Amino acid sequence: MTEQEILEGLGEIVEEIAGVPAADVTPAKSFVDDLDIDSLAMVEIAVAAQDKFGVEIPDDQLKDLATVQDVVTFVIKNTES
Amino acid sequence: MRIPDMVPGARILSFGGYQPDNVVTNHDLAASIDTNDEWIRTRVGIESRRVAGPSETVEDMAVQAGGKALAGSGLSPADVDLVIVATCSTEVPIPNAAASVAHRLGIVSPGAFDLNAACAGFCYALEVASAAVRGGSARNVVVIGAEKMTAWVDWTDRSTCIIFADGAGAAVVGPSYDEPGIGPVVWGSAGDLVEKITIADRTSFLHQDGQAVFRWATTAVHPIAREACERAGVKIDELAAFVPHQANLRIIETIARKLGVPREKVADDIVHAGNTSSASIPLALARMTERGELVSGSQVLLAGYGAGLCYAAQVITVP
Repeated sequence: MTEQEILEGLGEIVEEIAGVPAADVTPAKSFVDDLDIDSLAMVEIAVAAQDKFGVEIPDDQLKDLATVQDVVTFVIKNTES
Repeated sequence: MRIPDMVPGARILSFGGYQPDNVVTNHDLAASIDTNDEWIRTRVGIESRRVAGPSETVEDMAVQAGGKALAGSGLSPADVDLVIVATCSTEVPIPNAAASVAHRLGIVSPGAFDLNAACAGFCYALEVASAAVRGGSARNVVVIGAEKMTAWVDWTDRSTCIIFADGAGAAVVGPSYDEPGIGPVVWGSAGDLVEKITIADRTSFLHQDGQAVFRWATTAVHPIAREACERAGVKIDELAAFVPHQANLRIIETIARKLGVPREKVADDIVHAGNTSSASIPLALARMTERGELVSGSQVLLAGYGAGLCYAAQVITVP
């Protein structure tokens, strides 16, 4: 998948789970500060991302993913292997 | 040594449910802790929950629910020879709740024990009742899930006090000589995750690692529920309803979606009941029956999951 595809996929997930419009889910945005997404919603997003991209994001790594770009990069890195 | 003859199947005869009258809404909670109605509805799904008064006990609530189920069963107390109370929140370690509940219901000297599998407790107890009937150890069983979770919750901790509530639900289980009415259980535990939901000792509050529990519930439960259908020989699209433990509406909807059960068939009693641990499944079943939402003879999938982390699922036939 390309970065753009992952970004769009992530946007769909965030919109569905947190009600944030997909168009607002841009790379530099912080989940907590900019998109107002709390830790429980983040876990939902991680589980949905696992279903969509086939990449598991464990809780201990999830807490370090502050921005949308962080998640996109994580997914790319873990799909390559 | 002789052993009893096996009975071909077990079935549920009736349900009964009880929750205290005291309603606590999200707005009530927002008045004293840092939360709001919108957040609770969106992330947990609860609008209001029922909270027992200080002198109302787990046993009291169990008696209410058990009494209703017994009244609806067509049996008399003398027909019951086993009472099981699934609970993890009794006020005292001994005596168990079941013996006193039985006595208060006018059931004379039945087998009586409490069963602690937390939020999976009712499904566990239902299987034990079914097996006892089929094995000839009991003729009719009153199975009750009863909890006073609010007594164990820190009312300043918004991660738990918004979720948990009190109540009891019951089912009467008896023999079936034609179609079995309680399917094979799929039960188990994830002991490696034992630290995720705890009450440390008798004077401590309930703590849970919400994120870890959420993740486990939304990934590990649907395969178990699916297997329970397979073992019963019932297809997912043949189910009339899916009644999972009412932990959190987001969890419930995610499990249902992964199972392929349409949203309209999924119990969402949590919205006005809260999370009542082992009472949640039988409470939902009792209410759905009262509202005429469950057709007699149709099949319903139950799935309990919670502290332990323990889980159990089975298909039942609606009485």
